[in-house]
Amino acid sequence: MTVLARLDHVTRRFGEVLAVDDVTLDIHSGSILGLLGPNGAGKSTVLTMLQGLRKPTTGTVTLFGGSPGDYRMRQKLGGTPQETALPPTLRVGEVIDFVGRHFDEPLSTAAVAEEFGLGDLLKRQTGALSGGQKRRLSVALAFVGQPRLVLLDEPTTGLDVDARRTLWDAVRRQHDRGATVVVTSHYLEEIEALAERVVVMGHGRVIADDTVTAVINQVSLRQVRLVTDQPDRVSGLPGVVGRDLGDNGSATFYANDSDRLIVELVRSGIPFTDLTVRGATLEEAFLTLTGATDAATGQPARPPHDAEPLGTADPRAHTGSAPSAVPAVQKEMNR
Amino acid sequence: MSTLTPTPAGTAPGTGSRVPALGGRTGVLALTFVHARINLVETFRIPAALIGSLVFPGLSLLFFVVPQRTVADNPEFATQAVIALSVFALMSNSLFSFGLNISANREQPWDPYLRTLPVPGVSRVLGQIFSTGLMGLVSILPVIAIGALFTAAEASVLSVLGGLVALGISALPFMFIGISIGYSMSSKAAIAVVQIVMFALAFAGGLFLPPYLFADWLDTLSKLLPSRQAREFVIWAVQGGELEPWVWIGILVWTAVTFALALRLFRRDEGRRYH
Repeated sequence: MTVLARLDHVTRRFGEVLAVDDVTLDIHSGSILGLLGPNGAGKSTVLTMLQGLRKPTTGTVTLFGGSPGDYRMRQKLGGTPQETALPPTLRVGEVIDFVGRHFDEPLSTAAVAEEFGLGDLLKRQTGALSGGQKRRLSVALAFVGQPRLVLLDEPTTGLDVDARRTLWDAVRRQHDRGATVVVTSHYLEEIEALAERVVVMGHGRVIADDTVTAVINQVSLRQVRLVTDQPDRVSGLPGVVGRDLGDNGSATFYANDSDRLIVELVRSGIPFTDLTVRGATLEEAFLTLTGATDAATGQPARPPHDAEPLGTADPRAHTGSAPSAVPAVQKEMNR
Repeated sequence: MSTLTPTPAGTAPGTGSRVPALGGRTGVLALTFVHARINLVETFRIPAALIGSLVFPGLSLLFFVVPQRTVADNPEFATQAVIALSVFALMSNSLFSFGLNISANREQPWDPYLRTLPVPGVSRVLGQIFSTGLMGLVSILPVIAIGALFTAAEASVLSVLGGLVALGISALPFMFIGISIGYSMSSKAAIAVVQIVMFALAFAGGLFLPPYLFADWLDTLSKLLPSRQAREFVIWAVQGGELEPWVWIGILVWTAVTFALALRLFRRDEGRRYH
C-alpha cells in the first residue's frame, strides 16, 4: 500500500483562529477515506492544503512525494469546484473539455458525461443547470484527469436522496477503477455509504481515526431526556458522556448504551419523571464528543474559522459536558 | 506501514526534470493558449460587456476630437489625438480586465479550483495577458478607423505597426497595476479604484487633453506617469523625432516596479480570506 499523501504535524492558523491543530494523517492508495466532522472542524482546510491552495503554518504536507504547491505534483490529483462556482456562460461540454486539457491522460468529454449522466446537457450553459446537475458536473470534473487521488468536499450536501445515491454509485465505480477518494461530509449516512476508513475531526484536531463500524459505534449516541432535581447524580452514572440542562428541571443526557443507563438510573433510586429515549443526531453526537474533548484539554470551545454557530442555532445549546463524563470519552478516543 | 516513495506514478508523469515543459499537450504554451481561449469565450458570451470597452475610446474620438477642427484638421495634432486615445483604450482594457476579473475571480470559488489544476501560474497569467491584449487591439481598431476617415491624422502602414508594438510594450505597467489592484482588494473596491486610477492617469497623462495645455507643475508631474510616458513613446514610434530619456527610463522603471508588486501579490494570494 502506497502513501499518496501525508500530513505531518500540520497546523494552520488564520490570524488568531486555529483551523487545523497538529494533524498527522496518511492517505493510503486504494481506499475511500471519510473525513467527518461538523462545520468549522478543519476538514476543508485540510483539503485545501492537500490541493496546494494553502500552506500549513507549521508542519509539512506531502502529495505524491512532493509539495502540493508544485503544479506537476497535481497531475494525478482530482478535485471539485463548488457547484456555485461554475462559470455560468460556459457550456457543460466546454467546461469538461477545458479541465481535461490540463491532464496527460484525460477521459473523453463524452465518457465523463456518460458516467455522470450529463450526456443530454453538453450544449447547455452551466448557469442553466439545476442544483443537482451542477453538483454532478462539479464531481465529474474531479475524475476527468483519471486521477489517482480524488478529494471531494461535501459532494452531496443539499441533494435529494435519489441524486445522492446516483452520485455515490458513480464515485464507487470510479474508486473500483483505481481512484483513491477522500470525501468530507457531515452526514454519517454518506460516510457509511462510501468510506472504509473514517477520520473524525473537531476543532481542528483528529479526534478519531478508525474503521467505519468503530467510528459509528463511537458517534452513535442515544439521547435520554428526563426531568429530575438531581442532574449531577445522573451525570455520574456509568456510560454518560455528556448532558444538556434545560429549563424547568428537564435534562438531556448522552450515552452510548441507553439501555444500560436506564437500568443504572432505576437502580440508583434517583427520582425522575417524563423519561424519553431517542437516537442522537450526528450533530449532537459531535457536539458532545468535541465538547468533551475541549473540557478535557482546557481549551475554550470556540468555533474555529468560518464555523457556523451550531450551538446558538440550537435551542438546546450545549451548555458544557459533565466533568465526570470526560474520562470515559477520553478512553473511547484513545483506544 | 508503507513509506513515501515517489513511485513512477507518484511523481508527476512526463516531467523528469524540475524545469516546466514548454511544449507538449500539457506544456506551458499549450496551457497558456487553453486559458487565453477560455477567457475570450467567456468574455464574448456577454456582448454587452464588450461594447463598453470596445466602443468607448472610438466614441471619445468621435465626440471630443472630430468636432474640434483646429485639432482634427492638423495632421500632427490629429495623429497625436488618435495615439492618445489608443493608449487610453489599451490602458482602460488592461486596468479593467485585470483589476476587475482578478478581484471578482478571487471571490468566486472557480478561481481557487483552477489553482488546484496542474497548471503553472505563468500559463494563467499569460493567458490573461493574451486575451486582454487581443481585446485591447480590437478596441483600437475603431479609433484608427475614425481617425483615418474623419481627421487629418496620417501615418504609413509601417509606422502604424511600429505604433502597435510600442503600445503593447507601454501597456505592460497598466496590466501589472491592474493585476496588483485585483489581488489587493475586493471587487467592489476594485471598481472604484480602477476608475479613479484610470481617469487620473488619463487626464494627467495627457490622453484627453494635450500636454501643451498643461501648467508647468502639471507637466512635470505628468512626465512621471506611465500614461504620459506611453503616449510619448507611441508618438515617437509613429511620428519619429527624438525619444527623451525620461520616456523610456520611466517605462522601464514602471514596468519593473509594477511587475515586482504584481508578482508579490500573486504569490501571497490564497484566495479571499475572511477573518
